[in-house]
Amino acid sequence: MILKSLNIGLISAAALAASIGMVQAGQSDIVVGMQLEPPHLDPTSAAAGAIDSVVYSNVFEGLTRFGWDGSVNPGLAASWDISDDGLVYTFHLRSGVKFHDGTTMDGEDVKFSLDRARAEDSANAQKGLFAAIDSIEVVNPTTVKVTLSAPTGNFLFNMAWGDAVIVAPESIENIKTNPVGTGAFTFSNWVQGDQIVIIRNDDYWGTPARLESATFKFISDPTAAFAAVMAEDVDVFSGFPAPENLPQFDADPRFTVLVGSTEGETILSTNNKMPPFDNVLVREAVAHAIDRQAIIDGAMFGYGTPIGTHFAPHNPDYVDLTGNSQYDPDKARALLAEAGFADGFTTTLKLPPPSYARRGGEIIAAQLREVGINAEISNLEWAQWLEQVFRGKDFGLTIVSHTEPMDIGIYAKPDYYFQYDNAAFQTLMSDLNAETDPAMRSEILKKAQTIISEDYVNGYLFQLAALSVANSKVVGLWENAPTQATDLTAVYWAD
Amino acid sequence: MSAAEISLRKAALRSRSLMIGLVLTLVFAGGALISFLWTPYDILTLDIANKIKLPSGAHPLGTDHFGRDILSMIMVGARTSIAVALVAVGIGMGLGVPLGLAAAARKGTFLDELIMRGNDLVFAFPSLLIAIMITAVFGPSALNAIIAIGVFNIPVFARLTRSGALSLWTRDYILSARVAGKGAARISFEHILPNVTNLLIVQGTIQFSLGILAEAGLSYVGLGAQPPIPSWGRMLADSQTMISFAPHMAIFPGMAILLTVLGLNLMGDGLRDLFDPKLRKVGR
Repeated sequence: MILKSLNIGLISAAALAASIGMVQAGQSDIVVGMQLEPPHLDPTSAAAGAIDSVVYSNVFEGLTRFGWDGSVNPGLAASWDISDDGLVYTFHLRSGVKFHDGTTMDGEDVKFSLDRARAEDSANAQKGLFAAIDSIEVVNPTTVKVTLSAPTGNFLFNMAWGDAVIVAPESIENIKTNPVGTGAFTFSNWVQGDQIVIIRNDDYWGTPARLESATFKFISDPTAAFAAVMAEDVDVFSGFPAPENLPQFDADPRFTVLVGSTEGETILSTNNKMPPFDNVLVREAVAHAIDRQAIIDGAMFGYGTPIGTHFAPHNPDYVDLTGNSQYDPDKARALLAEAGFADGFTTTLKLPPPSYARRGGEIIAAQLREVGINAEISNLEWAQWLEQVFRGKDFGLTIVSHTEPMDIGIYAKPDYYFQYDNAAFQTLMSDLNAETDPAMRSEILKKAQTIISEDYVNGYLFQLAALSVANSKVVGLWENAPTQATDLTAVYWAD
Repeated sequence: MSAAEISLRKAALRSRSLMIGLVLTLVFAGGALISFLWTPYDILTLDIANKIKLPSGAHPLGTDHFGRDILSMIMVGARTSIAVALVAVGIGMGLGVPLGLAAAARKGTFLDELIMRGNDLVFAFPSLLIAIMITAVFGPSALNAIIAIGVFNIPVFARLTRSGALSLWTRDYILSARVAGKGAARISFEHILPNVTNLLIVQGTIQFSLGILAEAGLSYVGLGAQPPIPSWGRMLADSQTMISFAPHMAIFPGMAILLTVLGLNLMGDGLRDLFDPKLRKVGR
């Protein structure tokens, strides 16, 4: 017995010594847990958000950059002038900016990056961001003139995306495995299937990072993620996959739970070309059959904001249209009868892996069953989902979160997977792109939200919450997720 | 009732493992049967407001993350497990036994080789892995799980039948049947099959429990019965992240799997002892 307690004493003394050791080292490193591992590290040639989660702002920077609140701030461009007709943007670049390999970042690199992104054979996942660019002219090493073919009110916003970061022709060849950017951190090494390490860039042009190094650890299993945080193997878990565990972290003084907003409109995507969903009455019936709050409570354990249209509630132009699709099963049944489906019908509900989709799908299927719609659930892996649903358009219903910022424009693409084809909406979107007056843009955006809400294009469920868990001593993390990013440039350990 | 039957019955009642196994199996089979007529709650209706409630008077085993009654879920889940395992064993027996009989009747011929090497081929693959492959290709569903598990029961029964039948073919009464002019097929079904039935029943019970485990395993990884059909394996998977604050969600379906498989194995053991006259005498 005595021996036992002595043993315990020794162990705790050792643990104490270890933790003191860590404190003395200044706590200048951090381990960030994430669920998804990036396929490679080039944000300019893939849609995978996991890439941006590692490199955005840390390794790569664009002309402009997103702030934690979604604002667009100067990045590599210290300032810019816009011509009166809204067609010519003159960017004044910061001087003395160096890439991690020692080469200088100048106007030629900007021209190279933008030309590469908008090229015919470009692999950029968001080529639309660059569509308006007509020509790029390097006036001098620190001045770049971008001429647009039409006024684009969103241009500075577009340039802040991870897909528009500035890369160098010298290091482009190996960018996927050895990303060389201008950011406050330098890529160090990648153990595939496990972790990526970035270290502080001491030659950074701006305020240097306070952390010396950061490790991104990839833990896909929610149970393992929970265990890793509890054991303090990771200091931060960005995008925690199991909302049901958050109350436990919240109750534990060692941890802080960060609940913020994302750009993720979680929707019950509806195949608008597939009967019976080509009938607006049926889509309206589905909308009224859904109890959003039950889905938020049941699938997300209360985290999430109900939405009535495809627009982020924290955006100043958001219109609350949830009233258009209030939970009203009787009305849903009446609408189905009016559409000629008094006895209901059978359709497919294909669900990708995230828990919001899998759990939400079970709840929605039960709610649809109440009004007579039999939605047959099939659970798909991401690759199958992309193949069957996103590319193959072989689905009746699916649940997915659209995490790109300001992506209402997808409703103007008739060949997008939910296949909404409305000429009036398409005209509205091209008007929006041509409009630079903020008041007019706001007007148009509000009108666009109303159109898709009243057309019941998709079932609008909720805005995905950004859920992260962090050690209480970690300061400076982004609470919101205006874009996929884990910006560590201002993060530090409080004493 | 003949003396032999009476002694069998006495032995059965005396066998503790057989009785425990039988009771456990009957409890779950009974639960499954009752669920066709009545369950405490409707498992298709979600009651989000009552989610993750600990066991109480209203919900003896508590509720899950959608507010469904776990007792009702386990009762209907037993249906899924039993149906999948039963049909899978049926496939295995229905195809395996005739194959085994044919191989034994034509021992040493090309047909025998073909059948047995074919069985070896199926046996060579880890069964759960192939089950995952089948469901990956044809899509996850209870039906594909049944087929996947069933296919792997075929060689088990074919081998068992063949080995049992081979020793019988050398018996004198078979010889007399042949002399009497009966064909191989007729001998196999009239004289061989009845004499390997005991073996098949014992093996069937064991395979049945393995089938329930396999179904739970496939459902756990999402390749078994799809929601909203309840399945013990999926109940476990669903409760995984909540085990730290709602252990009842994992414990009860886990217990259901454990007790059913235990019951079937005990029953199989008991039956084997019972059917083996030598062991029975030792017991006495």
